[in-house]
Amino acid sequence: MVENRPFLAVLTHLVLIVGVLVIAFPVYVAVIAMTHSKETLSLSAPLLPGGELFTNIALVWNYDPPGMPPFWRMVWNSTWMALIIMAGKISISIISAYAIVYFRFPFRTLAFWLIFITLMLPVEVRIIPTYEVVANLGLLNSYAGLTVPLIASATATFLFRQFFMTIPDEMMEAARVDGAGPVKFFFDILLPLSRTNIAALSIILFIYGWVQYLWPLLVTTREEHFTLMVGVRSMIGLVDVDPQWNMIMAAAVLALLPPVLIVIFMQRLFVKGLVETEK
Amino acid sequence: MDTKRTVFPSKGLPYLLVAPQLAITLIFFIWPASQAVKSSFERQDPFGLSTQFVGLTHYLRLFQDPLYLTSIGRTALFAVAVTAISMGVALLLAVAVSRVIRTANAYTTMLVWPYAVAPVVAGMLFWFLFNSATGHLAYLLRYFGVVWNANLNGDHAMILVILAASWKQISYNFLFFLAGMQSVPQSLTEAAAIDGAGPLKRFWTIVFPLLSPTTFFLFIVNVNYVMFDTFGIIAATTNGGPNQATNVLVYKVYSDGFIGLNLGSSSAQSVVLMAFVILLTIVQFRYVERRVQY
Repeated sequence: MVENRPFLAVLTHLVLIVGVLVIAFPVYVAVIAMTHSKETLSLSAPLLPGGELFTNIALVWNYDPPGMPPFWRMVWNSTWMALIIMAGKISISIISAYAIVYFRFPFRTLAFWLIFITLMLPVEVRIIPTYEVVANLGLLNSYAGLTVPLIASATATFLFRQFFMTIPDEMMEAARVDGAGPVKFFFDILLPLSRTNIAALSIILFIYGWVQYLWPLLVTTREEHFTLMVGVRSMIGLVDVDPQWNMIMAAAVLALLPPVLIVIFMQRLFVKGLVETEK
Repeated sequence: MDTKRTVFPSKGLPYLLVAPQLAITLIFFIWPASQAVKSSFERQDPFGLSTQFVGLTHYLRLFQDPLYLTSIGRTALFAVAVTAISMGVALLLAVAVSRVIRTANAYTTMLVWPYAVAPVVAGMLFWFLFNSATGHLAYLLRYFGVVWNANLNGDHAMILVILAASWKQISYNFLFFLAGMQSVPQSLTEAAAIDGAGPLKRFWTIVFPLLSPTTFFLFIVNVNYVMFDTFGIIAATTNGGPNQATNVLVYKVYSDGFIGLNLGSSSAQSVVLMAFVILLTIVQFRYVERRVQY
């Protein structure tokens, strides 16, 4: 900073500490709740940890009521869904961006604009017809039905396109002089150069797949394909029963932990991915 | 649309490369969207055996339906509140973080992670905090004489979803404000400081105006977020209730279509929302295109 004002420095840290506390409070309370028994939580709102953490985690992990798959199965489904969406989006986006930047072919602009349109059509606004298409194709209750409709992504294509435009033309000319064809150029030069972008984008896309709720809710009607988000949501929906907050909060914390840890530990890549994909 | 100066001479390969993405786009985006437009002009009999062209009936009925009009109002209130709260808090935190140098990274880490929390889970956390029996914040409110019950009181339910949606969005806005602030040249603020401008004055006359493209971009993104990505928050907390108080547009498309099985009306609502997204996107690209070259 330009000048040294102790009062302002204290105020700045105060704002930040209060901000961090307020942001963390809901998750703190959930973590505390998962260390208490159902009985304690039905009487009071504890702010200090209890001794039931492992009991609750074991309860949730083995949770398997009628009409629901076992908890570990939903973790498995969510992981697969997020990984397929991540890998699928990256592969189809990088090759279509490659085609658009490095080739000149009829209908190139049309293809570009068709991809661009997907930016404007979030799944939430076309749920019923998209559901019908997936049902007609016989993809309900399958990993394909869960993931493929979410895979087309304009933003990822744009990100790769912009990155390819910054690679000097001489790179490709040199490769051609050395006798490399388009396939060799892609695998030996473009792909290695895109490593950081791919890694950064992977984080964003994994989180995108992991947090999906509406689409899995519609597409999975049989329990073996339920995802974690659908599962944890249905735990608070049991009417006639007192909510078992110890288990619900344990499930919520387990559901939020994997992507949150990824963001915390890969902050640099995460920020790069987010800022570049969205701008 | 520009390409490289030299390109690969190839006839079949580029088509092969764009084919997967185009196929998914056509099958899962363009076709369903045109189906939505088509069925918004049709009425289906209860067994789905025959359809009949009814023109603008669904739209006319929609815009005369007090429930739909209320839902538009609720959605607007929801969007304005969440955008204002999350952008305001995010800007404050970004200003604070950009003032501290040594600890900036630690603070950033502690502020960005809510981005990765699923909307459904965010909704569940706030539902727990505010549940009328033992929720911590409901308890605190009772202490101040407020009888909190989001199950019965529509205003309480609205406040709950606004807080949950804002909480989740602060980290996103914070990162973009921080990035925007880091691109403000240090020399400008230093020059102003030499001229005698204090920190507040420097912020309002130099930093904030330079942040206006970021602010505009975030405004559009936030409206988009509130309109569509908050579905999970509503589904995990109020389910649109009590008494329609939180039945925002995107939740209404779902509940009218999937629960009420009113396909014509749901399609018409989808088309209205699509028109809105297209409008937002056009506005965004008209104003932000100087920052991004597509």
